[in-house]
Amino acid sequence: MSEIIIVEGVVKKYGDRAAVNGLDLRVNEGEIFGFLGPNGAGKTTTVRVISTLTDYSEGSVSVGGHDILKDPKEAKKLMGVIQQHISLDTDLTVRENMMHHAMMHKIPKSERMRRINELADYVGLDEYMDKMINTLSGGWKKRAATVCSLLHKPKVLFLDEPTVGLDVQARRLLWDIIRKLNDNGTTIFLTSHYIEEVEALCDRVGIINDGKLIALGTPSELCNKLGSTAVEYYGADNKTEYKYFTSREEANEFASSLGDVKTVIIRNTNLEDCFVELTGKSVSGP
Amino acid sequence: MIGFLKEIYYVSWADLRFMRHNFVELLSSSIMGPLLYLLAFGFGLGAGMTQEGVPYIAFIIPGIAALTSLSASFSSTAARLNVQRLYYRSFDEMMMCPLSPSAIVFGKSMLGVVRGMISSSIIFAIGLVLTPELSITPLYVIVILISCFTFSFLGVAAALLAKSHASMATFSSLIVLPMTFLCGTFFSLSNLPSAVQTVLYALPLTHSSITLRAASLGWDFPWISLAALMAFAIAFFLINRHLIRTKKV
Ligand SMILES: Nc1ncnc2c1ncn2[C@@H]1O[C@H](COP(=O)(O)OP(=O)(O)OP(=O)(O)O)[C@@H](O)[C@H]1O
Ligand SMILES: [Mg+2]
Repeated sequence: MSEIIIVEGVVKKYGDRAAVNGLDLRVNEGEIFGFLGPNGAGKTTTVRVISTLTDYSEGSVSVGGHDILKDPKEAKKLMGVIQQHISLDTDLTVRENMMHHAMMHKIPKSERMRRINELADYVGLDEYMDKMINTLSGGWKKRAATVCSLLHKPKVLFLDEPTVGLDVQARRLLWDIIRKLNDNGTTIFLTSHYIEEVEALCDRVGIINDGKLIALGTPSELCNKLGSTAVEYYGADNKTEYKYFTSREEANEFASSLGDVKTVIIRNTNLEDCFVELTGKSVSGP
Repeated sequence: MIGFLKEIYYVSWADLRFMRHNFVELLSSSIMGPLLYLLAFGFGLGAGMTQEGVPYIAFIIPGIAALTSLSASFSSTAARLNVQRLYYRSFDEMMMCPLSPSAIVFGKSMLGVVRGMISSSIIFAIGLVLTPELSITPLYVIVILISCFTFSFLGVAAALLAKSHASMATFSSLIVLPMTFLCGTFFSLSNLPSAVQTVLYALPLTHSSITLRAASLGWDFPWISLAALMAFAIAFFLINRHLIRTKKV
């Protein structure tokens, strides 16, 4: 399996503060890679660095074998990004936004309308095509932005918290889009605060904290490192405590030794446990 | 070359669509100021006056055309790119497309060039009707085009460097507005103390009004001013290209 994204020792500073601080990361071609981290950890900054949107002071990045500084045009052809913030031209219609993307990605004239209609139809945007972007609700804007990022058939798709603010239908649709693209060979780089989303979709997960990668592996690898069984109990000091064990027996033994507590749950360790243990902060919503 | 021109067209396409959606508003807003200057100074204050040997109205029409190329080109380019970069973030999308930085600079300045050319042409056409001293020459057309590009490039630079909408407004009122009034648009620079003249010759609009006036009144053409104007255009262009290439935006 070849590595399609190679990030080596990247440092990105805003003023004195490093938002990304010596990041090393490799993403395999064809995988769905999940990128987790607390607010302000540097996820968006990482995506912006790799997708050539922002400069960086140290390190190197290559995408599909193209160094993004030396060969930006070739690298850009391979990438598509659905940004955390909707990035459409509000003064234009949905169709015009899509058309503009198609042009800027140099999709041949004969292909443009066909691809736009096909994707718009797939996400259910057809009746909104001639509406101004600023008359659409947030979820529909996100769908339009999604279509824009897919028009040029990128080999690597970045999704920065793509399902924030989407209704259930739209979220399921997006998950399907991600899976379908991945089946067709597209590499997916997904950042999210919804751990169940990452658990459901991703082959491998990286966890970033304070601009540094602190864990990397498949969800089950990460969980096993912590201990496969978790004991969750509501202790005497009115706080829920978590303990991790490598076997059920040890967990049971510990649970029975607890004595005077209100609630005890013994369950399999999940990705959220790993996340909280590693980053020391609990995951908040959007 | 064809590929490069196509890229410019692709970049500017969305802005030109935007102009089509809002044509009347955009045009009236960029023509209003110049028309007021024409009324207040040309007819109000300047009736019966002469400047450098020509009727004042013939003197200020090329000046107003020059300042129109500044105000219309600069503000349309700067305002639109500013919102696209800081608020819509659609400029990010453009930066992720396989386009050359030079094509992005030219493409993003196109809206300003088109608005500047249309607005200044309206002013100049009014001038042609009002006074027989003025005539439209090939040199005039070339200079007004260069002038629109210069100020549109300046608009791109201002929008790329602006940290917020407020810093754009500051730039407009501290740099653009004084230029509008002082750079030989309403009066001959020779009326001013030489120290002030030196400062004004360091500003692009001065060269724009001097060359447009000479080209339309049939005076000796100041080639050196045209060279200065082009130097400003090239400098602004290179600054923009550098900002985009190094992603310091
Ligand atoms: N344009 C900017 N100027 C200054 N600081 C910035 C800028 N963008 C990001 N930062 C800082 O860089 C750090 C990383 O931000 P980033 O947006 O990458 O975090 P994130 O992991 O995406 O967080 P979130 O989960 O909230 O989206 C933060 O401390 C943030 O304040
Ligand atoms: Mg983010």
